[in-house]
Amino acid sequence: MFQIRIHGRGGQGVVTAAELLSVAAFLDGKHSQAFPSFGSERTGAPVVSFCRISDQKIRLREPIQEPDAILIQDPTLLHSVDVFAGAKHDGVLLINTKKTFDQLGIEDFVKGKSASKNLIVPATELAMKFIGRPLPNAALLGGLSAATGVVKIESVLNAIEERFPAKIAKANQDAAQSSYEFVINELEEISNVKTN
Amino acid sequence: MLKQIEGSKAVAETISACTPQVICAYPISPQTHIVEALDEYVREGALTGCEFINVESEFSAMSVAIGSSAAGSRVYTATASQGLLFMVEPVYNASGLGLPIVMTVANRAIGSPINIWNDQSDAMSQRDSGWIQLYAQDNQSAADLHILAFRLAEELSLPVMVCMDGFILTHAMEEIDVASKEDVAKFLPPFVPRQSLDVNDPVSIGAMVGPEAFTEVKYLGHFKQIKALEVIPELSKEFMKIFGRSAGGEHDFNGLLTEYLIDDAEIILVALGSILGTIKDVVDQEREKGIKVGVMGITSFRPFPSDEVRKRLKHGQKIVVVERAFAPGIGGIVSSNIRTALSGIEIDIRTVVAGLGGRPVTTNTIKDIIEKALYGALPEFSFSDLNVELVEREVERNLLTRRSGPMAENLLKDLGGAK
Repeated sequence: MFQIRIHGRGGQGVVTAAELLSVAAFLDGKHSQAFPSFGSERTGAPVVSFCRISDQKIRLREPIQEPDAILIQDPTLLHSVDVFAGAKHDGVLLINTKKTFDQLGIEDFVKGKSASKNLIVPATELAMKFIGRPLPNAALLGGLSAATGVVKIESVLNAIEERFPAKIAKANQDAAQSSYEFVINELEEISNVKTN
Repeated sequence: MLKQIEGSKAVAETISACTPQVICAYPISPQTHIVEALDEYVREGALTGCEFINVESEFSAMSVAIGSSAAGSRVYTATASQGLLFMVEPVYNASGLGLPIVMTVANRAIGSPINIWNDQSDAMSQRDSGWIQLYAQDNQSAADLHILAFRLAEELSLPVMVCMDGFILTHAMEEIDVASKEDVAKFLPPFVPRQSLDVNDPVSIGAMVGPEAFTEVKYLGHFKQIKALEVIPELSKEFMKIFGRSAGGEHDFNGLLTEYLIDDAEIILVALGSILGTIKDVVDQEREKGIKVGVMGITSFRPFPSDEVRKRLKHGQKIVVVERAFAPGIGGIVSSNIRTALSGIEIDIRTVVAGLGGRPVTTNTIKDIIEKALYGALPEFSFSDLNVELVEREVERNLLTRRSGPMAENLLKDLGGAK
């Protein structure tokens, strides 16, 4: 079972992201379960959503406490919410940012961890470019597909298509595809650094 | 069709396939997504022959449901928490009148303190209202139990509540095989009311009954409930034939119960609703370690399947009832029903209250309960994951000061200060 936790703020589509991810996994032929953390769903308030993906039927109903991947939609949460709670040493971290880990002040967290599992993607910039609004959720899923391979990028794109009206879907698909490519390039660069 | 869909949406689609003629509802979290979707189906023409009535309160929702049902319509409504409490008077009238209304209760805690999260205090408060109560273990069974509920309600002329854990099920998106209208029609014939208000054949419904027949009318309500213990297994078999799965979900026994690895079990956990999934996962893990543990789920809490429980649970086993509600001043609710069912049999029954007001019931919670049961460390009645220190501080405050202040606020202040 692969477990993903998504951190963001109310209005950024945190819950939608988990749901889209679960649909993508379903389209991949896997079992999946998406659910929000419940409570103050006010605009701007910290929100958490969860997604489990498995080859077996999922019966478990507890909140995800030890995620295999942490997706951070809003880096301003890094120092106000315990986004790294239960993080695994070899887990995947993907942050929506243009900054480096040093600039974000989380160099201690990533220290000693695999560079290919601790990644950034400027999803808000990509969302602004393709969608024209700062809605990074769909874009981040493209990045997650590249970073983990837990869902196919085609399935992410199809899940987006199922969810939104054609025009909005297309813009979100472009953002997701672009984010996917960004992370693929990032991984290649990391791998080049290693071999050199 | 198998699809990845939110629990509420799957219930709404299923209700739509059951072709209700009147849906009346007042929104309250976590039930809202269900009736919002149904409103949309009616408005956009996906659900025809149905009137969606917005009302101004839950009291009105149930009153309109009663009126519509008495007029001969198939009726659906949904509520939760304070909403259910607000409609209690007509809830009792619906069952007393024998009107086959189906209602979803998206289980949520009851205030005070105000809390929007899940537990089962709301539905449990109506366990003696005369309604049949079915509890869903997952979203597949939440959707399917509604189909069974309409058929059962109309067959017995008795209202049915389908209880599904709020948020945990209503807001979870997972794969659900949503029944088609065609398949539902094979199982659920058009509604022929046992009684209805008809200008061409006038009757009155709702007579005042004095001591001469009140007991008998009430007895018949009980009789119908007991009859349901036969009807539910029959309908479950029929459901299985048409849909190829049990309405009660995985490990369904006969529509009344679910059971998983109980035959050779030394410890049996008993529970209702969505924690059954987590418990089954833990049972598998414990079994790998050689610990003989199993789980029984109660799908039909009203009527209570006393005979089945008595047949399935044996002398020498340790029974631990994990409850998402409790009766202040005495203890467990489900466990007291289990005790009644097992009276005369010497059997060790413990009650653990867990998951109140949205506190997560985790794998560790269940493991801890099993471990304590194994070593005989479970008291007869206890609360899992209780913050004892927090409780003790308030108790002490009460001893030391007359004007100790509001309890909930005190506890929150203590928690804030502890950070």
